[in-house]
Amino acid sequence: MTDKNPEYDFKWCPGCGDFGVRRALEQAVERRMVETEIPIENTVVVAGIGCSGNMVHLLEGPQPYGFHGLHGRTLPVSMGVKMGNPDLNVVVVAGDGDFLSIGMEHIAPQAQRNLNVACVIMDNAVYGLTKGQSSPTAEYGMVTSSTPYGKPEDGLNALRMYLTSGVSFVASAISSKIKDLSGLIYEAMEHPGFAVVHVQSPCTTYHNTYEQLKGNARKGIAPLAWDIPDDHDPEDLGAAFEIANSGGVPLGVLLRDEGRAPFEARIEEMARSAKSKTLEQMVESYAV
Amino acid sequence: MEKKNDFVVRFAGEGGQGFLTAAVGFATANNQAGYHTQTFATFPSQIMGGPTWMQARISTSPVLSRGDDLDVLVTFNRENYDLHKDEVKDGGVIIYDSEAFQLEDDSKSLGVPFDRLGKSTGNPRAANMVVMGTLAGLVDMPQETLQEFNRKRFSRYGDKVVQANGKALDLGREAAKASGFRLGQLNDPVRPEYDQIMLNGNDAICLGAAAVGVEFFIGYPISPATTILVWMENNLVGSGKFAYQASSEIESITSAIGAGYAGKKAMTATAGPGFSLMSEGIGLAWMAEIPVVIAAVQRGGPATGLPTKTEQSDLLMALNPAHGDVRLPVIAPGTVEECFYAAVQAFNWAERYQGPVILLSEHALSERQQNIRKPDLSSLTVENRRVYTGGNGYQRYDGFELSPMPIPGTPGSYVANASEHDGMGDTTHLPQRHIQMTERRFSKLKLLEDGVYESDGTDSAVALMPWGGSKGPAFDAYRQLAQSGVDIGWYYTMYLNPLPPALLEELRAKELVLVPELNYLGQFSSVLRSLGVRAESITQYTGLPFKVGDLVRIVSERIGVRKGEGVAV
Ligand SMILES: Cc1ncc(C[n+]2csc(CCOP(=O)(O)OP(=O)(O)O)c2C)c(N)n1
Ligand code: SF4
Repeated sequence: MTDKNPEYDFKWCPGCGDFGVRRALEQAVERRMVETEIPIENTVVVAGIGCSGNMVHLLEGPQPYGFHGLHGRTLPVSMGVKMGNPDLNVVVVAGDGDFLSIGMEHIAPQAQRNLNVACVIMDNAVYGLTKGQSSPTAEYGMVTSSTPYGKPEDGLNALRMYLTSGVSFVASAISSKIKDLSGLIYEAMEHPGFAVVHVQSPCTTYHNTYEQLKGNARKGIAPLAWDIPDDHDPEDLGAAFEIANSGGVPLGVLLRDEGRAPFEARIEEMARSAKSKTLEQMVESYAV
Repeated sequence: MEKKNDFVVRFAGEGGQGFLTAAVGFATANNQAGYHTQTFATFPSQIMGGPTWMQARISTSPVLSRGDDLDVLVTFNRENYDLHKDEVKDGGVIIYDSEAFQLEDDSKSLGVPFDRLGKSTGNPRAANMVVMGTLAGLVDMPQETLQEFNRKRFSRYGDKVVQANGKALDLGREAAKASGFRLGQLNDPVRPEYDQIMLNGNDAICLGAAAVGVEFFIGYPISPATTILVWMENNLVGSGKFAYQASSEIESITSAIGAGYAGKKAMTATAGPGFSLMSEGIGLAWMAEIPVVIAAVQRGGPATGLPTKTEQSDLLMALNPAHGDVRLPVIAPGTVEECFYAAVQAFNWAERYQGPVILLSEHALSERQQNIRKPDLSSLTVENRRVYTGGNGYQRYDGFELSPMPIPGTPGSYVANASEHDGMGDTTHLPQRHIQMTERRFSKLKLLEDGVYESDGTDSAVALMPWGGSKGPAFDAYRQLAQSGVDIGWYYTMYLNPLPPALLEELRAKELVLVPELNYLGQFSSVLRSLGVRAESITQYTGLPFKVGDLVRIVSERIGVRKGEGVAV
């Protein structure tokens, strides 16, 4: 939706982190167009259901294809799109509720397949669209509309979960650092395999965490976000786990494993050893 | 002794005894000799143990139903003798392994030491061949029919096996001869002029899908649909093809939809529990207007139900599998041959109206081996969706009717949206848009009103109209009723939604339409009543198909009752 569409009535709240993520995604997609000379219609954005998923309608500039499907099902839809046409550039955009709660069951299988899509996950630790209920990444004890006496579960360490599941590219970012984020999204799109860019994207209405993320020296608040040191080796899974276990919000690439074949290459490889039959041969095999 | 046109044999034992191959082998041998055959199997869901049986029907004319009563029962233990002996006809024979157990003389039972005789040939697995030889002896089938089958089927295992099997066939035949039992010779087969193939319903669905160009298949194992997944994984390989076992039915349906959106002819297959999980996804395909075929092979009961039994209780779910205003196109084949053409047409419909189509089969069809006319591939109509070929800025969902579909990778980007949307696919809540899009989605069903139907005795005020796999026994019942002078007509179609309009018109003119169906609720008759047809079900929910004799009796009773009520029939 490039022009203002009078029929489309959804708006992000002022200051919502998703604005920054949108800008970063637009930049990454445009950069890909310039650097690869592949037209915009080669990109498909598969969106989850949530405030975040609305990004597929709010993108400005060149318009990619979009798929705004069901809550929690971005990954299997993207598998169908990518395996249906492996030449496409497929990007998933979803919230933490969509991806990590109802959609959690789809992460590990895609990681094992090394499905060649890039996922941009907007984590605000709440369900924004349904008005502020607790989400998997909300911390223990957090009070939300659905946890009036505090959240009884521990908060999910999403980065560690991605690493454990076998995601082959794992990056972490915050929505306000648009240039960095856009670079990570670009890298994720270029990565030959399953890539997740996990973005802290604050919900200004239900859980505003800007100050905690960036810190406030005056109030004595230390920033949660910290840069992954330059000497970190993203091919070292053990080192990636150490970063994921260090607390706070690391910024940068935790893991980049290019040694595993992407799903489409695996299927192609297996097909090579298969004896493919013509239709006539298939029918003939039932002759009496 | 009078010659026979029809012969039914049942093999009853424990799961895992391997005698299922004897039933299929016996049918295949006879099929090769020019007879028409059909097998029927029922078993528990565990791999080993538990009562199981399979029967084969051999006939000089095409076989429509499994056969109510048995000419021969082959039983491998006492328990199965007790379970099945009452279904053996007067004058029939019960063959049992005389070294496995003993039976008192009931004037029907013929003990043959299959196992010992089989082993004596040098092939420890030849017991089945002994049984087949005995069967051949009982109906005076030329020994050469079985010997030829033996050579065709077993030559790849070497001469030794073929020789041992040949000896086993002879030993079995001698045992029949020595016993003095005879069932009467089978009439010579009338070999059809056309080429034939022999296969089960699920394989026929797969062949049909392949013939119409399926490119993307994804499924999750579940009885009785698993064999479709396995077939696809074996055969749907090569460039541009994808066949894959997903991690759940939710993944299956949503991936298939993703592929349909990306321009592929996509399909998934499942049964009851998986079909329930697909509900939300099917609604998505309807809403976003994406072609996809869902084969739902029915089993029995709600929840996990009866995984290995047959039932026709998912019709209402097939018509309305998702929340909101939806009404899915449903094609329900009634024979193995129809399974092939139903798959072809399911894809053609999905492509033509750009949406999900339910191919509703059932356990009894999926397991049944039957000879059918070899499909003429050159005469098949293969349809492809209307594809958008213009530039960017296209309003994909404009208007009240079908419009060309853009394919990602080519200009025409839009958002395929599960939420209500405008022309571009952007989300909207405007009343006039919801009106337009709802009417648009339903208007497309009109494109599918080209289904064909069968009819006979159309002057009668009462008609018999089964659906799906109940077609076979119902048609046998119809023929018996019509021959005995009962005033009744016959209607049948596999196109359950939309029904062929001319058929609906004919049905509405009837005093009574009797619908045999394997469910408790009487699902199809309730659909027909909602369409203004005076329909009434004949239900059965045993997990087994109808018997012809039961249908003849019940139809006669129903018509009698009506007459008593003073309805003109
Ligand atoms: C099957 C299903 N269950 C529930 C919902 C309702 N629902 C819509 S969005 C949402 C949560 C969104 O949270 P998140 O993914 O974190 O996205 P955010 O709005 O925070 O960006 C829920 C539960 C739904 N649409 N579908
Ligand atoms: S509710 Fe929160 S997540 Fe949703 S738009 Fe507003 S700020 Fe963003």
